[in-house]
Amino acid sequence: MNNSLINYTLHLADTTLILAQQNAAWCGHGPVLEQDIAITNISLDLLGQSRNFYQYAALLINQSTPSERMLLSLPGNKPINPTDEDQLAYLRKEREFKNLLLVEQPNGDWGQTILRQYLFSQYQYLLFEKLQFSKDEQLAAIAVKSLKETKYHVRWSSEWVIRLGDGTEESKIRIGKAVEELWRYTGEMFVSTKYEVQCATDGTGIDCSLIKDEWMQKIQFVLEEATLPIPAKAFMQSGGKEGIHTEHLGYILTELQYLQRAYPNATW
Amino acid sequence: MVTVTTITAEKTWQILSTVCDPEIPVLSVLDMGIIRDVKINADETEIIITPTYSGCPAMDMIAMNIRLALSEHGYKKIKITSVLSPAWTTDWMSEAGKQKLKDYGIAPPNTRSDDPSDPVIECPRCHSPNTKCLSEFGSTACKALYQCNDCKEPFDYFKCH
Repeated sequence: MNNSLINYTLHLADTTLILAQQNAAWCGHGPVLEQDIAITNISLDLLGQSRNFYQYAALLINQSTPSERMLLSLPGNKPINPTDEDQLAYLRKEREFKNLLLVEQPNGDWGQTILRQYLFSQYQYLLFEKLQFSKDEQLAAIAVKSLKETKYHVRWSSEWVIRLGDGTEESKIRIGKAVEELWRYTGEMFVSTKYEVQCATDGTGIDCSLIKDEWMQKIQFVLEEATLPIPAKAFMQSGGKEGIHTEHLGYILTELQYLQRAYPNATW
Repeated sequence: MVTVTTITAEKTWQILSTVCDPEIPVLSVLDMGIIRDVKINADETEIIITPTYSGCPAMDMIAMNIRLALSEHGYKKIKITSVLSPAWTTDWMSEAGKQKLKDYGIAPPNTRSDDPSDPVIECPRCHSPNTKCLSEFGSTACKALYQCNDCKEPFDYFKCH
């Protein structure tokens, strides 16, 4: 069994789960009803995608040999116990999560949430467009399925970036601040970790540096439409994909995992 | 409890046609196009289903309703397998299903191949093509919210997917 493929699948699962959790916090707090429904619908799509990835990761983990399993940092890592999607989502620790730093950044105001969604969805769209041809049939199937949803997310969030940037004086200031705040977390999306390199080499994953130029072009086009300045080259923060997170992830997991931590194995 | 003497694929499809979507009760799971296959093995009946949207919360309930309906007809061993590929599309919705949606007040999805970026959606109430999109997202993941400019009726549009 291939530990790189397991780590890669967990990275995809964690990223979609954390953004789903963040967006879900808008439920009942959106600026207007329609947009409250929109952001929570996107949350639901992302949660569905993350479940597909976690279920697949669990399958791969359960198929691996006991000694291979011990090399993975997993909850209750006794080689005899099969894992499942819930254990992977609810019982792994902060340092075991491999999500992008971008998605764990605070919701902030509506502008920051919108911009985070757009930067991510545009990246996810280009990534899945390539991942649909993965040699791994299940990753390919999840990518094809998710693409249709992501396409919709890109359209909705890019329209909002334009509306806010080219909107009122106040909305422009706010989304401008969001660009300043979030830009530094976009760099790691295009720098491969060891497990990504391994997966790209064997054809199961994507060399994420290959989608950087196209992503930049799309983002520039939308930011120009939004009359927002394109950020200058700046220092880029990284580490999320390898478990080194900003201080925000711990708080997110505290809330996300509370029930299973406080009442182990609770179901309803 | 009715006992079936012999389980056939034909009977199974017929029972499935009575299982409805919990969110849109006028549509059966066959109208929705989410049943991909029925396999009758020695003593086990396997139903292959595919989700509409990745996060559709109705899927668990649909699987349970399928199990219940088959159990009521005497099926003992039922296996429900969910597959993601090929990905579900609204093109798999039956014509009868689209008509039922319209009668229920939901504008049915366009065919994917002739769906432009700004599609014309007909009002299910007065049939006017003069409608506007209120929100890209509606009451469930599969719908968008529209309003008719002529009769003013707000309505759901089942998104082309």
